[in-house]
Amino acid sequence: MLSIHDLACERGERLLFRNLDFELSAGEALLVRGGNGRGKTSLLRILCGLSLPAAGVVRWRGELIGKVHEQYGREMAYIGHANGIKDDLTPLENLRLAAALGGRDLDNATAMAALERVGLSRCLDFPARVLSFGQRRRVALAGLMTAGALLWILDEPLTGLDVQGVAMVEQMIRDHVVAGGLVIMTTHQPLALDGVTPRTLSVGE
Amino acid sequence: MLKFLFTVIRRDVLLAARRRGDWLTAQFFFVMVVSMFPLGIGPEPSMLRTIGPGVVWVAALLASLLSLGRLFADDYRDGTLEQMLLSPYPNTLLALGKAIAHWIINGIPLLIIAPVLGIQFNLPAEALWILVLSLAIGTPILSLLGSIGAALTLGLRGGGVLVTLLILPLYVPALIFGAGAVEGVFSGTGPEAHLSLLGAFLILSLLLAPWVSAMALKVSVE
Repeated sequence: MLSIHDLACERGERLLFRNLDFELSAGEALLVRGGNGRGKTSLLRILCGLSLPAAGVVRWRGELIGKVHEQYGREMAYIGHANGIKDDLTPLENLRLAAALGGRDLDNATAMAALERVGLSRCLDFPARVLSFGQRRRVALAGLMTAGALLWILDEPLTGLDVQGVAMVEQMIRDHVVAGGLVIMTTHQPLALDGVTPRTLSVGE
Repeated sequence: MLKFLFTVIRRDVLLAARRRGDWLTAQFFFVMVVSMFPLGIGPEPSMLRTIGPGVVWVAALLASLLSLGRLFADDYRDGTLEQMLLSPYPNTLLALGKAIAHWIINGIPLLIIAPVLGIQFNLPAEALWILVLSLAIGTPILSLLGSIGAALTLGLRGGGVLVTLLILPLYVPALIFGAGAVEGVFSGTGPEAHLSLLGAFLILSLLLAPWVSAMALKVSVE
């Protein structure tokens, strides 16, 4: 479904990677590996369409992602280094706003259920400003669950999460892949996905 | 499509309502700058009447610049800008929505304060009306053109100063026609010609500015 052909990325005159080819179909997870500064984040940003590659193309369902901005926007969800939540809004407002901006209807009950699932049922009425780093990460993950996207692009989703949080993300990824979704992620932590073997891709050797 | 536009506007207005301190700064700045002139120049009614429209307009430009620095910067920092750029709607709509929200938050209050400040400059009632009308047509231009500068300087150090240098020259036509409309009332030529040109400038910036600032946003987040 997602295919990449001959991708290259440059950052400030420096070539991070080139000749990157892979294809990912439904029900597959891809773990992007590489040390710090090797271009993992750059690759993910190219895949979601925020950056342009120095060479090569990214296709979604056979079409260039730039050409199918609307469809790709509905079917892809991205969590980057920043959580993408507003500090002045409560987790619930954040979720409903993100859904509205994505053109989706999200009722209170569904949003509450997602927040409860990520373990934030006690913090529903506080602005995100007073939440801890890990809790804000959980709000972003609740947003991911309610996004209803087919392709998840996750940049270091485990950063700042405690042991239960990591287990929760692993469970989320497993469920998503088993249900036929696609996941592309980076992490420096060990990842235990029982029953699902992610493919790996090394960048910037 | 329209729903997305309204959501962006509603979002920014809601966020401004949660941070009233930030929002009031620009309005207070406007009031202070305009009030300094009568104090500095002295109470000569005819002199004040001559400079009044220009002073109010220049202060409106500066107040709008003051709040532009944060138009995209906050969203850029917390990652919500990326998320909005990835939403399944054209980025031009996002830029347009942000500019309209900026006008609602920072432009409309100026329209309400301006006539009160105009009284300080001994402007007659008719001139006050034209002043408000010229600001009503002109302040959306400030928000639209300003969004280009805010998008271009996103993520740069010292972006605030750069916005000023980039955008103030673009504001010049709005200033000339806006202040000129009020001048027209005094000189007897009437404000119509200036207001028409101001309106034409508004339509032009409404067509071009969201498109340009959407492109600038794409480059800035890369």
